[in-house]
Amino acid sequence: MISTLHHRLPVAGTTTFLLFLVAFPWLAALFGQEFYIEFGSRLLIIALVASSLNLILGFGGLVSLGHAAYFGAGAYVVGILMHYGVTSAWIAWPAAVATGAILALIFGAISLRTRGVYFIMITLAFAQMTYYIFVSMRTYGGDDGLPLPQKSQLGIDLNNEITFYYVVLALGAVCMLAMLRLINSRFGRVLQAAKENETRMGAIGFSVYRYRLVCFVIAGAIAALGGALFANLNMMASPSQLNWVQSGTLMVMVIVGGIGHFFGGLIGAFLLLILEEILSGYTTHWALPVGFVLLAIVLFLPNGVASLFRPKTSQGDA
Amino acid sequence: MQSTLLLELALNGLQFGLMLFLLAAGLTLVFGIMDFINLAHGSLYMMGAYFAATLSLYTGSFWLGLVLAVAATMVAGAILEILVFRRLYRRNHMSQVLATFALILIFNETASLVWGEQPLRLSTPELLSQPIELWPGFSYSSFRLFIIVAGLAIAALLYFIVARTRIGMLVRAGASNREMATAMGTNISLIFTLLFAFGAGLCAVAGALLGSILSVQVGMGENILILAFVVIVVGGIGSIRGALIGSLLVGFVDTISRTLLPTLFRALMPPDVASNLGPALASILIYVLMAGVLFLKPEGLFPARN
Repeated sequence: MISTLHHRLPVAGTTTFLLFLVAFPWLAALFGQEFYIEFGSRLLIIALVASSLNLILGFGGLVSLGHAAYFGAGAYVVGILMHYGVTSAWIAWPAAVATGAILALIFGAISLRTRGVYFIMITLAFAQMTYYIFVSMRTYGGDDGLPLPQKSQLGIDLNNEITFYYVVLALGAVCMLAMLRLINSRFGRVLQAAKENETRMGAIGFSVYRYRLVCFVIAGAIAALGGALFANLNMMASPSQLNWVQSGTLMVMVIVGGIGHFFGGLIGAFLLLILEEILSGYTTHWALPVGFVLLAIVLFLPNGVASLFRPKTSQGDA
Repeated sequence: MQSTLLLELALNGLQFGLMLFLLAAGLTLVFGIMDFINLAHGSLYMMGAYFAATLSLYTGSFWLGLVLAVAATMVAGAILEILVFRRLYRRNHMSQVLATFALILIFNETASLVWGEQPLRLSTPELLSQPIELWPGFSYSSFRLFIIVAGLAIAALLYFIVARTRIGMLVRAGASNREMATAMGTNISLIFTLLFAFGAGLCAVAGALLGSILSVQVGMGENILILAFVVIVVGGIGSIRGALIGSLLVGFVDTISRTLLPTLFRALMPPDVASNLGPALASILIYVLMAGVLFLKPEGLFPARN
């Protein structure tokens, strides 16, 4: 019997999708739509961040409404370091990841003592604190955000959109693979089991709190990496990246894609951003149809879009 | 001089706290009784403000506009409950977040389609446009004073309804044990719809009154929604008394710290540090308050369920 805690990738589908992503800049050039390469980078970054949220939300069962804090902090670390003349990606990006991890460690250590709705609200509170701190610091742009004078120096030219796309793709793929390995490891089993029955896991001797905290830190670190990339993409660190609406949007992506499905975050991010991109070509009021689509999904597809791709024979665990 | 400033700040804090209470009261009952996370509560506040702005312009009277706006928002709340929310009570919190987040998008875009991107002005009624001299040497905006009086009156009314009437008793019964209340023959479904409509009406009052001081614009509901959530979590979910205490606490702390902290910091620190740190600390103080309360009393100050 195959455990529902073990998540296997559909090999054919994943390979095809990865090949498509690798070929995407070439395809875009073929059809004369180079504009979409930057959009592709954006998609991949947000998909990575949403997947990191899915790690704690879907597999850890921790409904965090404060994920934007790490995403935004990663962006601001790159921006602030550049403000003081540190342009190397080899310094700034690891620093962003470390900051995300440390923030998640502090916020998680306190938040994880609460349960349910209170957990949602306390993670939100921490994210709001982070938001207001950055908005209030006029030295770093305040309300207007902090523009980057240049992209981070990686040794290869990130100003080239195609190069940047491949850097994002490579980092994203590595992180996704690492998350898959993590979920299927002993650590991941403990985490998922604790989601199903916390008391029992505690009773057989696992420190559920510690496992969850480690998971929280990993997710924060990955989100911060996404933030660092996003700052490079937009050439600025923006307070809107830290706003609670950003946290809400990320959460909506995960729920739409399918909570606890390995590709839930990715599917949700792709779906929402592509829908937004298509609709915004027709109307500035694209959010209206998006709202109705989301409402329809929640009413008619309770387990998210990923449940459509799930084989009929296996049971969903969401 | 200093004492009049403090008094004015205290009155502003009271006024803001009471308006927060109007939002938090509906939110906490819905949350407490139905265990339902309604992110769209702020949208009803926004709709109330837009309705009031339009209807008062149309009828030429602020008061008539206010009454009609409250009625319209109540109808909107009831329709929303029957069409959407009713299907979500048994679903998990995440589905509720998704659905009500979708409603925020829908309401915001509808508002910007109908009323445009530019903020509307909701002018205060002629009767209350002049400051009033409370005693020699201290005058205060009569409209803000009216908001305080109205807020206190509504809080008293709410207390009376919840604590002294039959329908209030049913609501409280539902809050403490939903299954038992249903088993005793209460039509919980009807109570929920009424409760939603009532909560929407309170939102509209707050939207119309605060909209006259601030401005009526798309997205006005989101920030105040988060404050209302802070209030109900601090006060204890499902507790009206908790919502009142929480609202006043958040109202005072927010209003007073925004004015006093930057001044205090400027006196103590070099100006460039103070200009960054003062406003930052002032705006996060209520979240620190909430995190502190949750850390010490995870169920809030006045837990509804024991």
